[in-house]
Amino acid sequence: MSGRPPTDPAGAPHAAVRLAGVDMVFTTQDGARMAALEDINLSIAPGEFVSLIGPSGCGKSTLLRIVGDLIRPTAGTVEVNGKPAHRARLGREYGMVFQAPVLFDWRTVEANVRLPLELLGMNRRQREQRVHAMLDLVELGAFLRHYPHQLSGGMQQRVAIARALALEPALLLMDEPFGALDEMTRERLNAEVLRIWEQTRTTVLFVTHSIPEAVFLSSRVVVMSPRPGRLTKVIDIDLAQPRNEQTRESERYFELVTEVRESLRGRRGTATDDRLAAGEGSQQRLRAEGSIG
Amino acid sequence: MTAVALPRARVAGRLAESARRYLPPLIVFVGVIVAWELATSGPGRRVFPPPSAILNAAIDNTDMLRRATQATFFEAIGGLAIGTSAGLLVAFSSARWASARDILLPVAIASSAIPIIAIAPILNNWFGVLNPLSKMMMAALLVFFPMVVNVTRGLLEVKPASLELMRSYAAGEIDVLRKVRIPNMLPFFFTALKVGTTLSFIGALVGEYFGGTSDVLGRVVLQSMSSGRFSLAWAGILVGAIAAIAAYAAVSIVERVALPWHSSLHSD
Repeated sequence: MSGRPPTDPAGAPHAAVRLAGVDMVFTTQDGARMAALEDINLSIAPGEFVSLIGPSGCGKSTLLRIVGDLIRPTAGTVEVNGKPAHRARLGREYGMVFQAPVLFDWRTVEANVRLPLELLGMNRRQREQRVHAMLDLVELGAFLRHYPHQLSGGMQQRVAIARALALEPALLLMDEPFGALDEMTRERLNAEVLRIWEQTRTTVLFVTHSIPEAVFLSSRVVVMSPRPGRLTKVIDIDLAQPRNEQTRESERYFELVTEVRESLRGRRGTATDDRLAAGEGSQQRLRAEGSIG
Repeated sequence: MTAVALPRARVAGRLAESARRYLPPLIVFVGVIVAWELATSGPGRRVFPPPSAILNAAIDNTDMLRRATQATFFEAIGGLAIGTSAGLLVAFSSARWASARDILLPVAIASSAIPIIAIAPILNNWFGVLNPLSKMMMAALLVFFPMVVNVTRGLLEVKPASLELMRSYAAGEIDVLRKVRIPNMLPFFFTALKVGTTLSFIGALVGEYFGGTSDVLGRVVLQSMSSGRFSLAWAGILVGAIAAIAAYAAVSIVERVALPWHSSLHSD
């Protein structure tokens, strides 16, 4: 599998993310072993927007952290931009947005966004330019000197997005970034993320437990089973781009939402029969592995 | 209401806010002084002198009190510096190496359990009863423990998510220290420094009670008492308190300037 030639139709040399045979087993304090992820195979083409969706505890956040090399998997290979995830992290090749904004209280909005640029050792003038560009991108240009506690939750998360984009990474990892926000704010930020995605053409891997969010945002939705997490289905979202409020009211949108919902319930295999669901899962995995972009 | 509100309304609001905060304690303070003056204007005023008598004693002995205050202030601040430096050293080592934590923290806790009164004569003996260093060491001993505990906590109690974020940026240990741990620790440090400022005056005065040069506040108070000049003794106590409050206020101002995010986060 590792010798497989690049098959991306756009001619890009590498998949943005490639997971092959990834297992994750946690060992609890009393020595018990708990399988969190089992045989994960997934390829994401550059520029794709892929959502991971699944019941809570299915290991979707764990999978995102494995891609970001914040956790090492027990088995399998993880490649980001054609290199091992570890090297991609050391090369600062991805940006991460967490569930909480994780802003530093002691830094202004501007200084928070500047943090990765400082770590990179970028010079002051370039830094200022980049910080302003990123804050304009998330429409917070007027809040440079504010401290995080002076902003609403939604604004704080936009600062976190600006910070994640500051290094202009090829890959953006988002871990339920809008999970703590109210529905109105979430929908507004969904539209904003799509706009940013279109502007920057960055690849996005997005973890969520909201079906409408996953369908609205993604080019593909990857459905995961309850623990141990497996990829049970990959659904192509063929809604036209750019997406907007009308998208949310289109018939195709509702069909896809229903399709994702049914996959989550495991309707087509009976919900109670785990083995059948797993069997269908491995077929889908093959398809997921084969189709890039 | 964030910082974009109308400036004039904000200034007025600030004034009203300040008045609401400072007026009640001021009224209580003035009330106590007046009550004290009235209560002590009868017989027995020699042992428990009224504020006016204390003020007169202070004015009559300005020179002597100024010299004594300077000397005690020097001892207290010197002790604060020594205790703070030692505390920072131990805290940073403890935060960095678990083995250092296992060795140093018990020592720090033991240091806080030492009865300070009992050790004062010993410190006078060790560092020279006439040497201000012996008083500084008393003050340093009191300052040391809160500094160790607070700064260690500030360095270690960092949100796990912050560390994960730094890891995602492949930040090294020095970067994590400079950009996460130290800024996170600063409010804890200032808390310890403010507590330490008042403690350092107590330490210096206790050291002075157990002997030393005569031109220090502790000796002034003690000698005035034994010679029956109670007003002067009270004047000594008063200027000592004023010096300690001034040092505390100075630290508070530095804190507000150094940590603008923190004061605005915790004052409203």
